[in-house]
Amino acid sequence: MNNKQYIALLFLVAIISIIPLTMYSGLGEDEGFFGGADGAAGEAIEETGYEPWFESFWEPPSGEIESLLFALQAAIGAIIIGYVLGYYNGRAKERRIIERKPKK
Amino acid sequence: MHIMEGFLPWQWCLLWYIISLPVVAYGVIQIKKITDKNPESKPLLAVSGAFVFVLSSLKLPSVTGSCSHPTGTGLGSVLFGPAVASVLGAIVLVFQALILAHGGLTTLGANIFSMGIVGPLVAWLVYKGVKKANGSTLLGVFLAAALADLMTYVTTAIQLSLAFPVPSFGVAFNNFMMIFAVTQVPLAIAEGILTVVIFDYVMKLRPDILEKLKVIGPKVKEKVEAVV
Repeated sequence: MNNKQYIALLFLVAIISIIPLTMYSGLGEDEGFFGGADGAAGEAIEETGYEPWFESFWEPPSGEIESLLFALQAAIGAIIIGYVLGYYNGRAKERRIIERKPKK
Repeated sequence: MHIMEGFLPWQWCLLWYIISLPVVAYGVIQIKKITDKNPESKPLLAVSGAFVFVLSSLKLPSVTGSCSHPTGTGLGSVLFGPAVASVLGAIVLVFQALILAHGGLTTLGANIFSMGIVGPLVAWLVYKGVKKANGSTLLGVFLAAALADLMTYVTTAIQLSLAFPVPSFGVAFNNFMMIFAVTQVPLAIAEGILTVVIFDYVMKLRPDILEKLKVIGPKVKEKVEAVV
């Protein structure tokens, strides 16, 4: 695949995640939308009368702190992927120059 | 797919730990073996782990009106086999349990089983199956990643219905499937596409490593090298 095809595919992913937002446009957490599926399952379990017997040692104290930590998680992953693939890409370019093989 | 901290009776927590831990241990041995044999595959192992980090942090909206996240384990499983992907999944789940209070230590075994074992195993089987049937490499990667994602959530639904068969296993299973699996369908497709993009890019840059890891055959490698 070439770069244009990559961008087209990434665009498709963006569309897949935008569709639900337009479907339920104007609705939010207060109406019960866009909450996490994990939490929904937790509620379903509590409805059976079950009480959790263990709690997390530590919880992010607010939504802001939680999003900070999620951003950190994504950033750690992204920098590793970018570093390795960038390095590979640079090497491949060097090799082409050495082999005097023009890029098609 | 995270079963929240304390939300499984202790007997189930124990059972899933007993099943999951040996697989993770086997995965650690596999990592040592693979990286000893092919030291140049180490950066790709890092990329596979990083991919799980990124994808499992992205909580995406779905057509059911709730949010869920992809797993990212398909890539690692296709490149290094399911046991190695179990280790990568376990690392992320520990990170999320301790730092984000997503999932938990008591439910870690159960969560490793769904995201780290069933998902990668499905990915690996699907990829091998497509390869055997002479299907295209990228189609194999897409199906492997998408089905791994979906089956991870189906597994969570099964685990919860087994632990909470109220009023019956069937009814509970329906409920949890609605919460998890239906939400997951578009996300699984998105994950399949993202995995195809990164896999194709890696294949273009380092077909030699993929051939050594026996992910692609010599024929595919020649084809890739001719195009680049």
